[in-house]
Amino acid sequence: MSVPFNPVNLVLLIPLFAAGAFALLPNYRWSARLNVVTSALTFGAALLLFVKRPGSTLLLQIDDLNIVFVVLNTFVAFTTSVFSASYIAHEIEIGRLTPVYLRFYHAMFQFMMFGMNLALVANNIGLMWVAIELATLTTILMVGIYRTHEALEAAWKYFILGSVGIALALFGTILVYMAARPVIGAGLGAMAWTELMHRVAGFDPAMLNLAFVFLLLGYGTKVGLVPLHAWLPDAHAEGPTPISAVLSGLLLNVALYAVLRFKMLLAANGHTFAPGPLMIALGLLSLLFAAFMLYRRHDIKRLFAYSSIEHMGIIAFAFGMGGPLANFAGLLHMTMHSLTKSAIFFSVGHVAQVKGTQKMTEIGGLSVTHPVLAWALVIGVAAIAGLPPSGIFMSEFLVVSSTFARAPLLAIPLVLGLLIAIGALFLKLGGVVFGEPRGSIAPDRASYLPFVAHLSIVLIAGLYLPGPIVAWFRNVASLLG
Amino acid sequence: MHGFDFDVAHLLAGGLVLVSFLMLYQDRMYALINVFALHAVVLTLSVGWQAYVQDAPHLYITAAIALIFKAMVIPAALRRIVERLNIHREIDTVVGIGLTMLAGICLVALSVVVMMRVTAAADPYAREDLAFALSIVLLGLLMMVSRRNAVGQVIGFMSLENGLVLAATGAKGMPLVVEFSIAFSVLIAFIVIGIFLFRIRERFDSIELQALDRFRGERR
Repeated sequence: MSVPFNPVNLVLLIPLFAAGAFALLPNYRWSARLNVVTSALTFGAALLLFVKRPGSTLLLQIDDLNIVFVVLNTFVAFTTSVFSASYIAHEIEIGRLTPVYLRFYHAMFQFMMFGMNLALVANNIGLMWVAIELATLTTILMVGIYRTHEALEAAWKYFILGSVGIALALFGTILVYMAARPVIGAGLGAMAWTELMHRVAGFDPAMLNLAFVFLLLGYGTKVGLVPLHAWLPDAHAEGPTPISAVLSGLLLNVALYAVLRFKMLLAANGHTFAPGPLMIALGLLSLLFAAFMLYRRHDIKRLFAYSSIEHMGIIAFAFGMGGPLANFAGLLHMTMHSLTKSAIFFSVGHVAQVKGTQKMTEIGGLSVTHPVLAWALVIGVAAIAGLPPSGIFMSEFLVVSSTFARAPLLAIPLVLGLLIAIGALFLKLGGVVFGEPRGSIAPDRASYLPFVAHLSIVLIAGLYLPGPIVAWFRNVASLLG
Repeated sequence: MHGFDFDVAHLLAGGLVLVSFLMLYQDRMYALINVFALHAVVLTLSVGWQAYVQDAPHLYITAAIALIFKAMVIPAALRRIVERLNIHREIDTVVGIGLTMLAGICLVALSVVVMMRVTAAADPYAREDLAFALSIVLLGLLMMVSRRNAVGQVIGFMSLENGLVLAATGAKGMPLVVEFSIAFSVLIAFIVIGIFLFRIRERFDSIELQALDRFRGERR
């Protein structure tokens, strides 16, 4: 089948034009619907990438690593836009958001998608940096959209920490260019991934080492690795829930994708220090810290924000271990976490709206009052905690077993962290879902489609992964070194 | 690059580090803003010199952005904010000046040691330029943590960013430098507008634990 146009351009241009159109469109009901349509179109364009993979240019590329992230990104954006449509209808009703802000909200939503897609398909380390900055800036504006004291505080904190992170990442980017210039020569070629990967063997390893430290700290701030995580729980808790879903499900992945690219660069050079131990240390620290912090949470969105830190820790750990099996597990975990966590935020968003609060002590007996939401939450939490048969069970099992085989001592804190987190999640879940009904019992008007779609993919993936997907994951895992 | 060209570039980059130190110990808002404007002017000269020496006319745009935006518009806006929020008499630093200066000296020593060792293979100007740039970045970070006031923090961030511009312009033939400086200007404009609109006076941390719990919505 031949496609007459380049699907990469579509993946970028659809959200960009939609952002402009939504900024002009006064009727928020229409923009909510068009937001769904636009996101579906972008997802369709991303699927076309499988049919016709375009060649790489000096600015854009599609390869085995990023194609799946683009598809995942656009898919979650699509389901989130469906969730968002029913979420904001309620926000308008209770007057938390006004139509003017919604115009801005929809425009920003698409603009953020543009930024994230651009970061994924960029073939240029500088362009990727600019794209991640764009995506971050828009999420900052979205986090502060409720204009409450807490929301502004969260947005400001995210702003300052995010800016420092982005500044460090730029320093790393400049260092990579300086390392590449003597080999490739000045110009855009020395910043293009395809060129860099091709000729990295001649780069000065010391320069790459230093660059990687800055890049890991810089983009690691965006990933939310401890001790650079301080912005993450606030940003998740105070912004609109669709944004929490997109932050956890997508933006953290995009930042991690950037780190992975640079790690591949180091692995391909062969003379640098091994970046593994650094990532293992940050990963374990994030996992353990977040697992303990889960017990102290009283706010339901904050709880799942810490759970995101925990999972980013596991993923960083897996990639730090390296090797085909751990990399495979890391990629699978990234995909599964993204789907599960956004599904959880979808149901949490509706719960918080129905009950009118995010405090877990004021939410109770959901299984009686809102059974569908409650069971979606139970299944989501069981999946995110890594119970079988979810896809996360499979990826965590692979991480743990490969760690036991290669570095048994590291497996101890890993398993400990996982168990502590499971305990905390179920302890908190029990109070919310079961027991005496507390809070409002008004019926919810949720659209169930988004979380049903996500959770069924996660459950099916845990039971059966189709052959081509396994083959693809294997292939990318071997690329990651 | 050699001889006179090298010396001037060196002098200007070193001057930036020196002005970064000057900023560290300013404890009055207006004085801090003035020193920041000076920082931006020195950056402009440095970038302009690089544009001339490397024969890279696009760098003149970066220099112009530094001069107009960072040395004029932003300081004027910040002065207005300080006036409106009535914080011009406030003393801003968290730790003592002596301690901050000592930490600054250690950071500069650290960056020189790290950079000189790591970049042994690179050409001498690039090495020293990077060492200066890293010092400015680290001093900017130090300033961000040692300031209590949102305006002080923003100035710390901008001086950090000046260090990045220095590094980027020193990297010969680096593409996208102009785009970077525009992207950063947008970022900074957002920050300044944010402070102005929401009247962010202090950074949000507080020693009062009760207040902290309330802010985070974590009180039982």
